[in-house]
Amino acid sequence: MSEQTVTIYKRMKDLPSTRLLGAGTPMCAGCGGLQAVHEIYDILGEKTVFVNAAGCMTLLAVYPFTPFRGSWLYTSMASAPAGAQGVRDALDILLAKQRIKQEQDLDVVVLTGDGAAYGMGLSSTSSAIERGLDFIYVCYDNEGYGNTGQQTSAATPHGARTSTSTDARGFGGFKKDLFAIWAAHRPAYVATVIGSEPLDLARKIEKAKAMKGPRLIIALSPCPTGWDFDPMESAEIGHLAVKTGVWPLKEYENGQVTHTKVPSEWLPVEEYLKKQGRFAHLFKPQRNKALISEIQTRVDAYWAEVERA
Amino acid sequence: MTRALITGNQAAAWGARLARADYMPAFPITPQTEIIETLAGWIDSGEMDCRMVMMESEHSMITAAGAAAATGVRVFTATSSQGLMYAMEMIYGVPGMRAPFVLVNVSRGLQTPVTLEPDHTDVLAARDSGFLQIHCATCQEVLDQTLIAYRLAEHHRVRLPVIVNLDGFYLSFTREPVEIPDPAAVDRFLPGFDPETTRFRAGEPLSQGVVVLGSTPYSYFRYETHLAALQGLPAYAEIAADFAAQFGREYGALETYRSDDAEWVLFIMGSFATKAKDAVDRMREAGWKVGLVRPRLLRPFPDEPLRQVLAGKRGVAVVDQNLSMGKGGVLHSELASVLYGQLDAPPILASFIGGLGGRDIAPEEFYEMIQVLHRAAEEGKPPPPRLLFTGDELREVRKLQAIAHAERTEGLK
Repeated sequence: MSEQTVTIYKRMKDLPSTRLLGAGTPMCAGCGGLQAVHEIYDILGEKTVFVNAAGCMTLLAVYPFTPFRGSWLYTSMASAPAGAQGVRDALDILLAKQRIKQEQDLDVVVLTGDGAAYGMGLSSTSSAIERGLDFIYVCYDNEGYGNTGQQTSAATPHGARTSTSTDARGFGGFKKDLFAIWAAHRPAYVATVIGSEPLDLARKIEKAKAMKGPRLIIALSPCPTGWDFDPMESAEIGHLAVKTGVWPLKEYENGQVTHTKVPSEWLPVEEYLKKQGRFAHLFKPQRNKALISEIQTRVDAYWAEVERA
Repeated sequence: MTRALITGNQAAAWGARLARADYMPAFPITPQTEIIETLAGWIDSGEMDCRMVMMESEHSMITAAGAAAATGVRVFTATSSQGLMYAMEMIYGVPGMRAPFVLVNVSRGLQTPVTLEPDHTDVLAARDSGFLQIHCATCQEVLDQTLIAYRLAEHHRVRLPVIVNLDGFYLSFTREPVEIPDPAAVDRFLPGFDPETTRFRAGEPLSQGVVVLGSTPYSYFRYETHLAALQGLPAYAEIAADFAAQFGREYGALETYRSDDAEWVLFIMGSFATKAKDAVDRMREAGWKVGLVRPRLLRPFPDEPLRQVLAGKRGVAVVDQNLSMGKGGVLHSELASVLYGQLDAPPILASFIGGLGGRDIAPEEFYEMIQVLHRAAEEGKPPPPRLLFTGDELREVRKLQAIAHAERTEGLK
């Protein structure tokens, strides 16, 4: 947060106390993505149309029910930003031709998982940013194709076991740096958030809502079924993702990246890893020191670079 | 009204302009590009009040078109061939949103091998999507049918997107004299877009394109879309009558040419019908009782009108400018499904595959088709399907193969 910004969210008790998003969705218990979407929706409000790509959250709107008080448009896995383009352009045309009133206007919000955001939908996202589309993109990132049973996606972290990376080392590749890819387009705003840090999240959504142009949010979404942990641990795992430095909370604005929550003391990454079944092979049957230390080294290197900058 | 010598592509652009399309998501592809360039020129010069956005793919283009139509503006877009195929997920996806708009497809054959030249395999891949399809044979028809297509798409009982198809090269790049109607007359025929209840507005929450659980609601909504497409038949008849009253040009769901007293009928879609009509005239001069039937509507398919015009004919030669691998001509199957079991159906229904990748169809080939019908009727035996492909053409291929062989075996080593 830059010093100049005046936020109405100074303390936890400033956060909205009523929940806009309805209960009873088919999301899994302890879904970190739904937690983030709840918090985001409370700030964005009901004058929104959510444009969705194929993923877990597609099941939020199942005929004839929706948890949203506003509107919803499902598109396809690859083209939610193009759907947002069509809606935004149409609303702008209707406003310009005075066929609707200003108060009938909507904020257009893309909602996709990491499968769409990091992979199939990257072309349509890149193009929407390049065209300067006035929209908010929310990616709930649970680091795999979660809705189909957690296969490896471009967001899967190194060493994680997925249903398609099942050997002793887990996934051999590395999580794609979508924040950097998005920021390289020089959009109005990019931020990482997590539902377990609601104040940081609220300030970022508040800020994004007040801006124009492409605004993109990645919410790390602890996933009980995909990451293999007890749903009650979801918020705790979120906290650990931040406290271990695995999930840096940051924002990009005007060419600058700012870290918004830097703990004074770091916890070792294994505190985060050992809570999750997808990393159990790092600890059992014996401790894989090399791989744990490799993951720690990467996190340390990231923060060392942040300090240098 | 003015008269101009314009291409089929320009005629399509005039249709969009006169329809006062609000929005055009676009993507270039040969042989369609001239449509979006023409419209872009008018938008830039202020002659047309339309917002154009250049998308990064046809998949995104159709997504944006459907999303904008669902928000409540009049949308125009255009594509061709591989572009239509790239968009295919959304071509099947958007009709269920019941948000009307018009897509002009400039037909071009599909890979592999790659070609720029026309046939109907591309547009027939969209046959079962929920888009209605109007097929044109002249540049005038392209302009007029684009206007009719908006009325059809937006008709209260239909509310589906419509594809207007014209053949690449033969229409897209061919100049013909076209009457360009007065904008005021078009405004009377086609009033401004009414999104009805399909629109996104603050305070009117709406969920579009949602999931259903189980087969019951799925079957219901899919069949409802089918029924809406069928409503396109009476709606089209009503709109075409309106158009004829206003502009004096008749566009029935079927074009029939000298078919009333014909014994033998050529059944052909698109611009090649104009070649076939010329052949019909010559055969008539020779005393053969030949006529032509051309479907303008492919979806909905005009089943009953076809049964009526073909009742009592001795034979029909279906010319398919497409090829369904492992089956044959698509129109042949479509027509067979309409005629089978009808007591007065023509006993001979012959299939000819021609015009693939823009291959011309010579007058003699139309004569030969009618001869085939004659012989089949005399022998009482249905003829096998036939590819229009001459000995000369085979020799051309053999020459290319000889070059390829020589280059591979004796070329640079």
